[in-house]
Amino acid sequence: MIESFLNVGIMVQAWPIILAGLGNTILLSLMVVPLGLGGGIMLALLSTVKHPWVRYPLMAWVDFFRAFPPLVLLIFLYAGLPFAGLELGGFACVGIAFFLNTGSYYGEVLRAGIDSVPAGQIEAARSTGLSRLQALVWVVLPQAVRNVLPDLLSNTLEVIKLTSLASVVALPELLFQARQAQSLTYNPTPIVAAAVVYFLLLWPLVRLLSTLENRAMASR
Amino acid sequence: MSNWDRFVETFFNARVMARYWPDIVEGLWLTIGLAALIVVTGLIAGLVLALVRALGVRVLNWAIIFVVDVFRALPPLVIIVLIYFGLPSIDIAPSGFVSTWISLGLVLMAFSEEIFWAGITAVPRGQWEAARSTGLGFGETLAYVVLPQALRITIPPLTNRTIAITKGTALGSVVAVTEILGQASSAVSNSYNPSPLTLGAAAYLLLFLPVVVFGRWVESKFAWRR
Amino acid sequence: MIEPRPIVEARGIHKHFAALHVLKGVDLLVAERELVFVIGPSGSGKSTLLRCLNRLEEPSSGSVVVDGIDLLDRRTDLNHARQRIGMVFQSFNLYPHMTALGNVTLALRKVAGKSRAEADEIGHAALARVGLADRADHRPGQLSGGQQQRVAIARSIALEPRVMLFDEPTSALDPELVGSVLGVMRSLRESGMTMVVVSHEMGFARAAADRVVFMDHGLIVEQGAPAEIFESPAHERTRAFIGQIQRH
Repeated sequence: MIESFLNVGIMVQAWPIILAGLGNTILLSLMVVPLGLGGGIMLALLSTVKHPWVRYPLMAWVDFFRAFPPLVLLIFLYAGLPFAGLELGGFACVGIAFFLNTGSYYGEVLRAGIDSVPAGQIEAARSTGLSRLQALVWVVLPQAVRNVLPDLLSNTLEVIKLTSLASVVALPELLFQARQAQSLTYNPTPIVAAAVVYFLLLWPLVRLLSTLENRAMASR
Repeated sequence: MSNWDRFVETFFNARVMARYWPDIVEGLWLTIGLAALIVVTGLIAGLVLALVRALGVRVLNWAIIFVVDVFRALPPLVIIVLIYFGLPSIDIAPSGFVSTWISLGLVLMAFSEEIFWAGITAVPRGQWEAARSTGLGFGETLAYVVLPQALRITIPPLTNRTIAITKGTALGSVVAVTEILGQASSAVSNSYNPSPLTLGAAAYLLLFLPVVVFGRWVESKFAWRR
Repeated sequence: MIEPRPIVEARGIHKHFAALHVLKGVDLLVAERELVFVIGPSGSGKSTLLRCLNRLEEPSSGSVVVDGIDLLDRRTDLNHARQRIGMVFQSFNLYPHMTALGNVTLALRKVAGKSRAEADEIGHAALARVGLADRADHRPGQLSGGQQQRVAIARSIALEPRVMLFDEPTSALDPELVGSVLGVMRSLRESGMTMVVVSHEMGFARAAADRVVFMDHGLIVEQGAPAEIFESPAHERTRAFIGQIQRH
């Protein structure tokens, strides 16, 4: 059992490959989290426009991309679009898929946050001469973010975990590298190593979240 | 041929769609079956863990917290790959279907345990005291007084989390499960046309759009009123 | 004349919360049909004492015997004993997911083992006794605070307790709703219920209590008939506390 799962020789051999993968996973996360967050902020700000011509298409957009498994979206971009002569490459596909998918999730979380801020806050800000957008960005959004911080963090954890999907389109992130090493060595030790690395990377965030969530639920 | 015709010919090719339509439907049923198995086993396991945690045995609780943390921290695809490619080297060879089921079931177990537990602790202490003061035992108080209230506040987060995890069934395609995405992908490589992917995408929408809308409804409906 | 055996016998009760010594050796004996009023400043330990009487709070040492049952004996079936000791809480603690009748009948069905029909009949009678016969199908959220507290009282009396404990039953109520709850308590008293009441309702104490117990810093400072305690307290601390309360 130890031979198969925690083979030291193979571990030493695979370590540089895994390490390179970890670096790329971190870089990828640093790219897709802000991308999704940016998309989410745009959607959330748009959701404050109550006009039906904005509201319903927006709701449809958000639900559409929340209903789509992110992997399906990614495969569609990566394997479907080239038939239309649009060869974007794995990296761009991952970026677009995350912008659309995680942006919708961030958007929903932030919209709930904005809804939780009393209307009096906008009125007070507008009464001092701030524009609608200024009131939203400087007065409402900061309070909204604070109110839904656990959900935002939880979503961020999910986004980082989702970067493992990039392995399917051959981006050399942690899981992809581990599978490469596995097929080179005919031994699952590199995948075990990758799992341990993921766990060590994300455990602090999980602990923090669990504390925050318990607190939030208790104050209901 | 105009651009539009070429676009339709590529992504909405009627001939290709008709040819691979049965495959996609087959994949749809498999996805539904897999999702149902994951939801039932994952939620039951999560609830059982939360109830065990309510007993307050310290060592047991540490073990539960650790297991939950592990399956919250690991990407589902990593767990699937680990089970599917890793276990055979100790002579257990679960199919792609079983690997996906176990992996996502464990993930749902972890998330739902956390949610159930938060719900249980959110019920005020006075509820326990009132029930115990009328002579109800620990189990009875949990079953009749605390759980009904806890479940109610857990329904919205639980619904959303369950939806998100069942969407992970698409990950099964990576380990050769012939669910929707698996069927669509192999149809694309057989037909050299992406129309089956369009069909597959439509199948996912058909399946999950109502669920997402339902989740939205649940969220507004079950906001807890005292 | 032979003194009847008291129905509540708490002796030498100590309670520590970590470093805090909340009860420092309290004796409280309550005779059958007696209404004992416990008063004292907040933090004096009066609620803790009350909660020791049905072992919601575990005394650090001492003995509690209620109706002949030793509550601290490991062999005692605590759940069975607690049916004989009703408790009414400051914050009502009604079950929000059940109707008034559901609240009243839960323990009847699950602990006393009554059928639904039997339990419903007893439940309706209990609700009638607190003047809420017509509210049986209402949820706690649809009732006023005073009505909720009366449902909570019905939940206790449905089990036909030998003693009832009241932990500041009117403190969470708006002033205009206090009367209805005190009315129910008065009629309970008239029916001969043994009651231990922790409360600041001094008017009610004067009119209905047999004995008033004044506690401070985890000890009983003095006790006696209401007139005695209110008009001519023996201790300076009692005098100061009563003076403060009556200035309000």
